Amino acid sequence: MYGLAAEFKSAEELVTAAEATRAAGYRDFDCYSPFPIDELVAPLGTHGDKVALVTLLGGLVGLGGAFFMQWYACVISYPVNIGGRPFFSWPAFIPVTFELTVLGAGLSAVFIGVLAFCGLPQLYHPIFNARRFERASQDAFFLCVEANDPLFERDLTWRFLEGLGPLALSEVPR
Amino acid sequence: MSQGEAPVLAGVHSYSSVSDKIAGLVLRRPVKRLWLVGILISFVGFILFSVAVGYLFARGVGVWGVNVPVAWAFAITNFVWWIGIGHAGTFISAFLLLMRQEWRTSINRFAEAMTLFAVACAGTMPLLHLGRPWFFYWLLPYPDTMGVWPQFRSPLIWDVFAVGTYGTISLIFWYLGLLPDLATLRDQAQRPWVARIYGAMALGWRGSARHWARYEKAYLLLSGIATPLVISVHSVVSLDFTATIVPGWHSTIFPPYFVAGAIFSGFAMVLTLAIPMRKYFALEEFITMRHLENCAKLLLVTGMIVTYSYVIEIFMSWYSADPFEKYETINRALGEYAIDFWILILCNVVSIQLLWFKAIRTNVTALFILSLVINVGMWAERFVIIVVSLARDYLPSSWRSFHPTQWDISIYVGSLGLFFLLFLLFARVLPVISISETRKLVHDLGKETH
Repeated sequence: MYGLAAEFKSAEELVTAAEATRAAGYRDFDCYSPFPIDELVAPLGTHGDKVALVTLLGGLVGLGGAFFMQWYACVISYPVNIGGRPFFSWPAFIPVTFELTVLGAGLSAVFIGVLAFCGLPQLYHPIFNARRFERASQDAFFLCVEANDPLFERDLTWRFLEGLGPLALSEVPR
Repeated sequence: MSQGEAPVLAGVHSYSSVSDKIAGLVLRRPVKRLWLVGILISFVGFILFSVAVGYLFARGVGVWGVNVPVAWAFAITNFVWWIGIGHAGTFISAFLLLMRQEWRTSINRFAEAMTLFAVACAGTMPLLHLGRPWFFYWLLPYPDTMGVWPQFRSPLIWDVFAVGTYGTISLIFWYLGLLPDLATLRDQAQRPWVARIYGAMALGWRGSARHWARYEKAYLLLSGIATPLVISVHSVVSLDFTATIVPGWHSTIFPPYFVAGAIFSGFAMVLTLAIPMRKYFALEEFITMRHLENCAKLLLVTGMIVTYSYVIEIFMSWYSADPFEKYETINRALGEYAIDFWILILCNVVSIQLLWFKAIRTNVTALFILSLVINVGMWAERFVIIVVSLARDYLPSSWRSFHPTQWDISIYVGSLGLFFLLFLLFARVLPVISISETRKLVHDLGKETH
């Protein structure tokens, strides 16, 4: 068994349920919604801060790499004397440095910050087995307490979730 | 929302009605004859483009009307025009997000698609105009056996990096926004093979709150970096001109003037696409008069910045006391290509004054016609800047005129075919409006009225 999934009527009820689940001591649980709900960030103890960090790092790699590359090309590897002008003409290197900073930041935000951190692409996930889960991408709101949570006990957790007033409750097989 | 303004989302909508309506355009709507006619016409354009490019590659740039000194003509005009059109898509998706303009929601998806296809058309042009296009990769820094590097002090190399970054960032920004919608299509699809294709494209998106948090953060950060990016791209494009000493090009106003012109032409193309699309797909409840009127207001603002730049250009040519600059200005208005100059004044300066009137801004037909007029005007503007300046520079002995050949025209008309073909295919297989963002809008609007 992967966990127990409860379906809720609205985004507000899902937030209330997530807060109650956290208050009950559960940590390995997740919510599924058809659009982003900012209020879920606190009860899930999740936030996108690491995304900002990898974006910054990606940008710095782009910045440093671009500036170094141009310095190396124009000063060390292939210096061209144009009427005695300086080889290290750094103001002319700024546009490429800026562009590659943006490129590095953007690529790391999407490929590391979203895809790698979320473990995507992952075409199969047990939660897709939850009843009516295909509605989670349309109009349904789910909360799933996972079986590997230390507090998880099938019957106790089932009763706890029932107490939150869900529309439906189902066992999610692996 | 102040009184008298149209809503950003008209009619009564729920999460499921929004999902069903927009996903239904892709999954359940039968192919209509009008769309097929559009595909047919744009496909003919695409064939024309392919033939013209094939002939160009076989015979060389001599098949065009270019010469020395007018070595840049249609190809570069098309390049600047197409890349400028792309800028409105990024402006809508990134800048308006940062400004918390909720009306961007219904128009950002197709505007971003417009950006991608416009950048694709733009990107081909400088490559086609290379004398030896098979060496295009010499523009990139790579370890080669010749021991040579690109000239990093040249705006033309900056352009390679600017347009390359712009195309890449636009693509990943657009695709990131598509992920939740592809999941909706996967879950709504009836046929297994359709569900499998959208499922693979959705990368297994499951709407987890932890994923949404990262998604939202990355989306915001991408907006933050795409906003200065879009400004840098057209600034760098303008530096291709202004870093030279050609009269009419060597001017410090070019970067802001080009950026404003880019957003101006881009919003015109947004209206050119949005107005028929909203009619054809019956999306009047999603793309309301509010959206169209706001686009019209932005056309007026950016158009007036462009107008101001025209005035300053004329003033500076007089104030500089440079006889070549003065001659250039007079030659634009009265010389061989005067007709193009007056077309641009009529289209970009005179016609937009109609937008001061609310009756025009809320008249769909008038807006559509105006958007076409502005598209024409902005093409003429780039032609005037590029060709008129090159044809008459310093030495009268080296003056020469440019006359387009059928191959110049074929490549331009053909690129329109390529653009509309890509856009029509997009409108058929992907949601033209962001479904997840519209659901969020339904949620947020619901909270406001409670």
